[in-house]
Amino acid sequence: MTLPLSDIQAVLPELIVVAAACLVLGLDPITPQSKKTWLAWLSLGSLVLCVPITISQMGTRVSAFSDLVVLDPYACFWKLLLYLVSGLTILLSLAYLKAERINLGEYYGFLLLSLSGMMIMVSAVDLLTIYLGTELMSLSLYVLAGFKRFEARSLEASAKYFVLGSFSSGILLYGISLLFGVAGSTRLSAIAAAVANRGLDDPALVLAMILLVVGFGFKIAVVPFHMWTPDVYEGAPTSVTAFMAVASKVASFGAFVRVFLEGLGGLKANWYGLFLVVCIATLVLGNVVAIVQTNIKRMLAYSSIAHAGYALIGIVVAGQADTEGAVRSAGLSSVMLYLAVYAFMTLGAFAVVAMLRKGGLEGEEIEDFTGLAKRQPIAAFLMLVFMVSLAGIPPTAGFIGKFYLFLAAVNAGLAWLAVIAVLFAAVSAYYYLRVVMVMYMRDLDISAGLAPRFASSPAMTVVLACAIAGVVILGLYPDPLVSLTTSAVLTLK
Amino acid sequence: MFDLLVTLIPALPLTAVLLNGLLGTRYSHEVAHRLGWGSVAVSFLCAIVVFADTLKTGVAQEVTVYTWIFGGDLTINLAFLIDPLTCIMLLVVTGVGFLIHLYSVGYMHGERGFTRFFTYMNLFMVSMLLLVMGNNYLVLFIGWEGVGLCSYLLIGYYYDRVSAAKAATKAFVVNRIGDAGFLLAIFLVFVNFNTLDYTQVFAQAGKLSTETATAIAICLLIGAIGKSAQIPLYTWLPDAMEGPTPVSALIHAATMVTAGVYMIVRNHVLYDMAPVAMTTVAWVGGLTALFAATIGLVQNDIKRVLAYSTVSQLGYMFLACGIGAYAAAIFHLMTHAFFKALLFLSAGSVIHALSGEQDIRKMGGLKAKIPWTHSLFLVGTLAIAGIFPLAGFWSKDEIMAHAFTHHYYALYAIAVLGAFLTSFYMFRLTYLTFYGQSRVDHHVAEHIHESPTVMIGPLVVLAVLSVIGGFPGVPPEEGWFHHFLRPATTGVGEEHSAGLGLVVALMSAATVIALMGWGLAHYLYSVRPEAAQRWAAGAPRAYQTLLNKYYVDEIYDLLVVKPTKRLGMLCDWFDRTVIDGMVLGVWRVTQSGSAFSTGFEKYVIYGLINIMGYANHLSARSWRKLQSGMVHHYAAMIVAGLFILVHLILVWWTGSSVIGLALR
Amino acid sequence: MTVIPLSAYVALSAVLFATGLIGVLIRRNFIIVLMAVEIMLNAANINLVAFSHYLESMTGQIVALFVIAIAGGEAAVGLAIIIVVFRGKISTNVDEINLLKW
Repeated sequence: MTLPLSDIQAVLPELIVVAAACLVLGLDPITPQSKKTWLAWLSLGSLVLCVPITISQMGTRVSAFSDLVVLDPYACFWKLLLYLVSGLTILLSLAYLKAERINLGEYYGFLLLSLSGMMIMVSAVDLLTIYLGTELMSLSLYVLAGFKRFEARSLEASAKYFVLGSFSSGILLYGISLLFGVAGSTRLSAIAAAVANRGLDDPALVLAMILLVVGFGFKIAVVPFHMWTPDVYEGAPTSVTAFMAVASKVASFGAFVRVFLEGLGGLKANWYGLFLVVCIATLVLGNVVAIVQTNIKRMLAYSSIAHAGYALIGIVVAGQADTEGAVRSAGLSSVMLYLAVYAFMTLGAFAVVAMLRKGGLEGEEIEDFTGLAKRQPIAAFLMLVFMVSLAGIPPTAGFIGKFYLFLAAVNAGLAWLAVIAVLFAAVSAYYYLRVVMVMYMRDLDISAGLAPRFASSPAMTVVLACAIAGVVILGLYPDPLVSLTTSAVLTLK
Repeated sequence: MFDLLVTLIPALPLTAVLLNGLLGTRYSHEVAHRLGWGSVAVSFLCAIVVFADTLKTGVAQEVTVYTWIFGGDLTINLAFLIDPLTCIMLLVVTGVGFLIHLYSVGYMHGERGFTRFFTYMNLFMVSMLLLVMGNNYLVLFIGWEGVGLCSYLLIGYYYDRVSAAKAATKAFVVNRIGDAGFLLAIFLVFVNFNTLDYTQVFAQAGKLSTETATAIAICLLIGAIGKSAQIPLYTWLPDAMEGPTPVSALIHAATMVTAGVYMIVRNHVLYDMAPVAMTTVAWVGGLTALFAATIGLVQNDIKRVLAYSTVSQLGYMFLACGIGAYAAAIFHLMTHAFFKALLFLSAGSVIHALSGEQDIRKMGGLKAKIPWTHSLFLVGTLAIAGIFPLAGFWSKDEIMAHAFTHHYYALYAIAVLGAFLTSFYMFRLTYLTFYGQSRVDHHVAEHIHESPTVMIGPLVVLAVLSVIGGFPGVPPEEGWFHHFLRPATTGVGEEHSAGLGLVVALMSAATVIALMGWGLAHYLYSVRPEAAQRWAAGAPRAYQTLLNKYYVDEIYDLLVVKPTKRLGMLCDWFDRTVIDGMVLGVWRVTQSGSAFSTGFEKYVIYGLINIMGYANHLSARSWRKLQSGMVHHYAAMIVAGLFILVHLILVWWTGSSVIGLALR
Repeated sequence: MTVIPLSAYVALSAVLFATGLIGVLIRRNFIIVLMAVEIMLNAANINLVAFSHYLESMTGQIVALFVIAIAGGEAAVGLAIIIVVFRGKISTNVDEINLLKW
């Protein structure tokens, strides 16, 4: 049996990324220290190569490798978002790694491997493939989290992430094994059929579903599976934190939505309530605990937990028992829109954090932003826009994202959920604005020590420019993205 | 041409924001302030042309810039609605805004962050213009949030003061509570009408049930209460006086805080359908008017007196809305913008003259030293007190008369009492500041000087407006102003029952009330200054209560802030005993059966010790202690989550909990 | 020779899974925690192979093969992390890594 060419074509982007990763890992030992940047450009080049291929594949739903993966606009949307996020992360890392003296070629290799895992996750329609994708993503991220090998906190982040991550994927795998027992196959379509046969009350099915909720809940960091997030985000190198906070969350949501709608859509009467509880708990805890944080990376970690809670609203809407098709797809497309918006603003915020240097170290405390508006007005203004957008204040993209989500909730008759979400969005303004306050409303006591300053570089400027452009343009003119998500979500079965 | 002019009105200040914000450090302050006030001046000219056009054609026109949001059945344009109501707001915002910008050139001279100040002020103008010009709720909301953000940035302008930063945060968070209500109203409107355009919404409003209309109106009202500082969300406004005086004049007196009134008038079609909401609006307004006035009686900070007076006057506008006198509300909004901007700016001139002193107990006798400021302030006082025939007289009298002729006698009584108090505290302020013995610190006294022309000039214009600003609204309810606004404010039951005799009688009553307030202030603070102290000493408790603003901040602290902290403590306790105990318990249980009792004992004792330990550790930041840093706790939390999910499913299936099942 | 019923395999797998779960929760030694995770994965493997046999579908066994490969990768990464984290430390106690909290 030979592989048909069409199958190869379907996974061409994945192949390119994996090949680039191998090339980077292979070239790393023979590349002199001064030339390590070339590896970054090589990685970036591979992503640029993938973009047109994925765009050309955006048309209809094509399945490949006898239904292990599919190519539909839904998957392509996530892939494009992942290319963008990874590309910006590579640019962000260029200066950051140098400053941290961890400028190793492997870094880019692992980044690309992780990315290929994410790409597999979002296009897989078979639980085995999804599991392999998550493992590829996570194993690379475990290593990346500990990349500051000489700093105890980074290693600790890596160790914690590893223990909890492998624990949760063990739970996920057990769920998958039970589902296989019920359906006799790991295909999502076969599982959907089995669900339709078995009905809602099958205990094995429901237990498997709960185990999957735990496994995916860990990856997207929702309460009560969120505990690793603040610790790992704080300890990991900032560029990796940005990558984890955005790319891995985006990819996990992509797989999560597909599994629960294409595979377990028949069980939505069961998971709807669970997600509702998880969603509310996440909104409450994420937003409340963020208030007392003093470390900006931790604060952003709680904020990313809270944002996962907002995104869940869209899935809850899709799971509501008596929703019509239009409302369901509105809920799901608003999840996609929200995550795209979230990618820009979170990446931008982390880029500013990564740029801030205090002596030879990172300025990670919120206090380190004191009086920034005076010394670095443009950087402070960028941070202001990112914070305002995260808080969901118009006319930034953050508002558009929340607006569509809440609108979907209200349309689905979940106005009360929208009320809760709106109130917690109001609370969130408090902690985001605190960063603005220290930047704009306090003066730095120079005598106290070294003034944190910005290590700017051309690559970093590109990252910030992209992020701010995304936040502003999507806020003022979200139309193209909205039509893209609206049409992409229709291909989801 | 018309479209271009309309678009230019907000676009010009926006250009100035971008230039000053991004390049401001590269050129001198001269260029920065010229860009700042120049752009607003040109906007004002555009607004006049637009106004003239509307006056000629008399129809509402829509100008679409581009399609902002589009998806499914939802289309939202970034578009402007130019109707009489918008025109009036445009003139007030750009006109008063321009004067205040000009004044700021002198007032902010030599301050740090001069360019930054003008950037924020222009950004505020952009937001405020979007707010009043938008043709749909979402554009209104952008402006609504934008003015809140600018207000936040400008209150915290003197960032070296801790109180300023606190006041800024307070203002923003309180406003966000209101904004949440507003956002819900927007969602409700969308669900019911499938559109957010005013014209379409109001055209279809008839199909709404009373309950829905009431729900929308109440949600809108929550937004308006936050923005316009009404009971119970008014506490931020007096604190907002930490900002520079031009900011207080522009944002916290003339424009932003009146956004709530504008919004209610804009939505009067919905309010007309919801009598309950109307009554609520009226009573919120009436009570705020009276309540804030009583606090204003005893305050000693010149800007705080004016702040409470603003809250009180906004109350009158709400009251007017609530009794259906929409045109009167907008009329009062306009005259108030004139005289309150005048009062704030001349107060700023006083503060400027006294090198930053704001306490009226350290003023007095300034009439001779700063005569211009004195006469301008006096004009403002006469106008706000409602002395015939200044602007405040016509607008306030109209509200009171409307209340009387439409049989809202209780509200009328409140309004009259409020008017008396207003007159009293404003003249008290005038007497204490400008008359009597000088109580000025002698170091300060040496430097007293009249403000420069660039500051006095705008004040003179505002003073003239405060004198003549009421005439467009004469005769009451039938003036030119009302006819112009009629297309935008016609509601149900617009009858004119009041005869000429009654109108004159009510006017005379209002004048007498105002004069009584003046007389009492004259007696207490000019004729017999010691009497005031005697009165205060005679009722110490009442005086203290007023001085402490009815202890409302303290009550909020007790009712909202403290319980939140308690919740944190409870969570902390829960974490320490239950979570720790759970992990420890599991460990003990599984280690060996025989160790069970020991483990349990240790667990209980452990828990008890922790409770006692935490009795000392009564801090708020405890919820995060759940995050212990221990991998085991995190894993336990995941498993606990798993069990909770299983449990939830069981409860939904069987209608009872695991314990219930076990007992069965 | 009697046929072992499917339920026996599933029960064994459940017991193994619980053992792994509890092992992760209560053991302090990093390496033993790693082993406990491996037990969880193997519990899933038993399920997969048993189901595969009874449902007469090869998929389960193929999945199990993949899982074994992944478990190997996971162990490799895990041990590498243990080595760097505890280099210079005498113990391998998981609870001693708690710099990051709150």
